[in-house]
This record gives sequence, structure tokens and C-alpha cells, in this order.
Amino acid sequence: MTDLLEALVYGLTIFTLAAFVGVEVIGRVPSLLHTPLMAATNAISGISLVGSMVAAGANRGPVATALGTIAVAAASLNVVGGFVITDRMLRMFKKRPGAKR
Amino acid sequence: MNAELVVRLAYLAASVLFVIALRGLAAPQTARRGVVYAELGMALAVAGTLLRREIVSYGFLLAGAFAGAAAGTLISLRIPMTRMPERIAFSHAFGGLAVALVGLAEHSHRVRDGPPMNGVELAAAGLEVTLGAVTFSGSLVAFGKLGELLPSRPIALRGQNVVNGLLAAAALALVVVPVAHPEASAAIYAAAAVALVLGVSLVLPIGGADMPVVICVLNAYAGLAAAATGFALRNDVLIVCGALDGASGLLLGRAMSRAMNRSFSNVLFGAFGAVDARAPEAAPPPTVASVEDAAVVLSAARTLVVVPGYGLAVSQAQHALRDLATALAAGGCTVRYAVHPVAGRMPGHMNVLLAEANVPYDELFDLDAINADFASTDVALVVGANDVVNPAARTDPASPIYGMPILAADAARTCIVLKRSLAPGFAGIDNALFTRPGTLLVLGDAKKTLGALAAAVKAG
Repeated sequence: MTDLLEALVYGLTIFTLAAFVGVEVIGRVPSLLHTPLMAATNAISGISLVGSMVAAGANRGPVATALGTIAVAAASLNVVGGFVITDRMLRMFKKRPGAKR
Repeated sequence: MNAELVVRLAYLAASVLFVIALRGLAAPQTARRGVVYAELGMALAVAGTLLRREIVSYGFLLAGAFAGAAAGTLISLRIPMTRMPERIAFSHAFGGLAVALVGLAEHSHRVRDGPPMNGVELAAAGLEVTLGAVTFSGSLVAFGKLGELLPSRPIALRGQNVVNGLLAAAALALVVVPVAHPEASAAIYAAAAVALVLGVSLVLPIGGADMPVVICVLNAYAGLAAAATGFALRNDVLIVCGALDGASGLLLGRAMSRAMNRSFSNVLFGAFGAVDARAPEAAPPPTVASVEDAAVVLSAARTLVVVPGYGLAVSQAQHALRDLATALAAGGCTVRYAVHPVAGRMPGHMNVLLAEANVPYDELFDLDAINADFASTDVALVVGANDVVNPAARTDPASPIYGMPILAADAARTCIVLKRSLAPGFAGIDNALFTRPGTLLVLGDAKKTLGALAAAVKAG
């Protein structure tokens, strides 16, 4: 049990610090780019792919494999699709030709 | 060095790359490079995971990955920019689904192969599955509303909030009970089922105009669900990404709520726009103008500020708008765009549409940057926007939108409003801007009207 609580506190430490970093970094994103931001964070949160991969590939019985495979498909759809669409949007943002910086 | 350490270092590097990527989004010039960093981070995380010794068979894994990647690429390349809010809601649904399934898979594995999950692990897995399921069904409803598969008006039962409270309490109980009674671990399936109902019941009562906030909240839920997965699987990179995603959703949601002068809870539990009980005041009839009249006014303008709204997206009029702006600019008019934070159905919706139509981003201004300039503007052209220019937000304490910061289109010398019909706006609130002297209403589909205006301006 101590071991588990330790893991919990460790996880909370990481979570809290990452949340603060997130607030700092994301607070600087201008409203102009809020839609690409959402698409990008969507792709990044597709990181649950790494959990899905273990579920799908570890020979843990038919239920786990089936659920894991669907999860892998859903997460990869978010990761790949999210990056593709973020880039597609960002490519469209252009400055006025000849505008001064 | 053992493989486990290599994997964890890969996850650490991935986390750092994700933060660098988000930092890149602070400016359009660095944003695309940022995305490359994020892609690198993801590639590292996936490569690291493939090294893990638990993974022994690749068939199903690769099949799922290829199917998902192919579908994701296809959808993302083809979907029109006007449908971006649906696309985002849809991917929140898939994010929630993946997380919930990972939790259920882990549970079934531990039941089958042992050792059985203990209390803390069950709580983390239960939380993960519950959040994932709420995100999944809630996002599907949001997707349906945005795509007009479901009515976008609020659908609320009497006592909806009580029902939702009970559902949430039930889900929480089903997550907590196994902590003390690990043998009752099958409660996780019941928690998932309750959470699915809760997701539907949370989002159905929320009206289309409040979708920007809902999308952000679902984004935050998706992030928290991913973080809970990290806790359940003891996976650092999942916790970091979940926290980043959750922070992003909450920050954006707060910005959206502020732009409507409402609290989170009011948006989420207020069933806004369900009823407007006030008797409509006798408003003076609006001045309806022909396309020709409006074109004359536009041609004479030296300064123009365009106020785009959701109607622009609905009629896919962004290219027609750009044509008109180009024609006017060729005649010496200075054209700028005023973008309200909640114009459209998601944060930044209008910016993306205008960018698609090749409007340079230095012509786009947000509320604070442009509001003082309306007073010295010849013409404000309102395209499919309503609440974000409603002066009642400043003047009428009884109005449901009172206190919301609005774009001061009414301060411009002339205001031209493109509107589908004389019917009241989305939230069913009268808009005095449309009936005041000095406002010309041009009725009809925005795309057709803008096309006709551009033709008339070019001909004149």
C-alpha cells in the first residue's frame, strides 16, 4: 500500500507541475491560433496510444486484445489526423504580402 | 542499460518536445515548426513503447494503427474548414473512447491473469473509464448538434440538473466502492454505462451558441481522462500530456466564458436560450436595403470593419467575403476584420475560415484591439453575427446577455447587416442594432449577397 501511495504522490507531482507548465505555455497562444491549438492538443492527447498499444499487443486474452485494438485505432486516428489537420490549418495563416514585421 | 530505462527516457524526451511544440503556437511564424516537434515527440513515444517487453504480438496492434491513421489522414485532408468544430468534437469522442477502452482492457487483463487490482488501482482505472465514457458520449452529442444531426437548441428536462447530479454521484460511487471492496471490481462496467448516459445528459441541454465553451470543457475532460490513464498505468508521458491537454481546455473554456460574461457553471447548467420569457418590446421596423443600395454605401467607404459570425460558416461565405474585401481595397478602402472570441462554434473558428480565404492574419483583430476604432469607421459590415454585436449587452440589465463584452459595431457611421431573414437570432434575443437608424439590413444567404455586392462594387 505504501508503494501505491508513493506512486500516487509521484504521479500527482508530475501532473501538477505539467499543468502549471501547460497554463504558462498555453496562456501565450493568441486567440488567432486557438483552433489549431485545440487540434494540436487533440493530437498530443492521442498519446493514450502508448497505453492502447500495450493493451493490444501483450497477449492478454481476447477481450483485452479486442478493446486494445479498437483503442489503438481511435488513438492513431487522433494522433495522425490531428497533426495533419493542424498543419493544414497553420499553412493557411499568412501575413499580408510586403507587410513590415 | 535496461530497456525499461530507455523507454522512460524516450517518454521524458517526448514530454519535453510536446511542451516546446505548444510554445511554438505562440506565434503563427513558429507554429508549424512547433507541430514538427510534437510529431517527433509522438514518434519517440511510440518507438519507445514498441521496445517494451510486454508487447509480444504486433498483428492487431499494427492493423488498428494503420486503420486509424488512414482514416484520420483521409478525414483531416478532406473536411472543409467550416466543419472544423465537428471535427474537433469528433476527435474528443475518439480520445475518450480510447482512454475508456484502455481502462477496461487493463481491468479484464488483471481479472484474467492476475494479480487482481487493488483499491487504488481500481479507483484510478474507474476514474479513467468514467471520464473517458463521459467525454465519448458527450462529444458525440456535441458532434451531432454541430453537424445539425441533432437540434442545436437546448433540450432540457425539468430537473435536468438534479438528474445529472444523481448520475454523477452514482458514477462516483461506482468508482469509489471498489476501493474498499476490490472483489466488486466489475462495478467499473456499471460506472462506464452510467457515465455514457451522463455525457449525453450533460450536453443535450446546452444550446448551439454555447458550443465554444462545451468543446473546451470536453477537451479538458479528454485531457483529465488521459492523465487518469497515466495514473492507472503508471505512465509519466500520459500524465504530462493529460495535464497539458486539460490545462488547455480549461484555459480556453475560461476565455470563452469570460467573452460571454458568464461563469462556467452557468454555461454548463443554465440551459441558456431555452426560453426567453420576456415579451418582445415593440421595436421600430428595420431598414431593409437592396444589394444595390448597400453596394453604393460600401463603395463610398474609406474604412470598413467586417464582423464575421457563425452565419459566415453556415453559408460558407468566407471566399465571397474575401472577394468583396479585395474589390473594396482595390478602390482604396481600408478593410479590417473584428473577431469576437465566441464568434462561431469554437475558439478561433472565424480566424481559420478567414485564413482559408487568404485573408492575411494581420488584418484580423480581436475585441480589445479594434473596439475603440469603430467610432472612426465608415462602415461596419456584420456577416451572420448577432449576439456579439448586440448593444443590449451594454444597455439592458434585463437581457440574458447583459454584461457580455461586445463589438461596438453600433458606433460605426453606417452598419450593414447581412442576415438570412428577419427572424430573431440564435438565442432568440432582439437586437437593437438591427433596428436602429443608420443600420441597413440586407436579407438573404450571406454567400449570394456577398457575391452580388462584390459584382456591384466592381461594376460601379
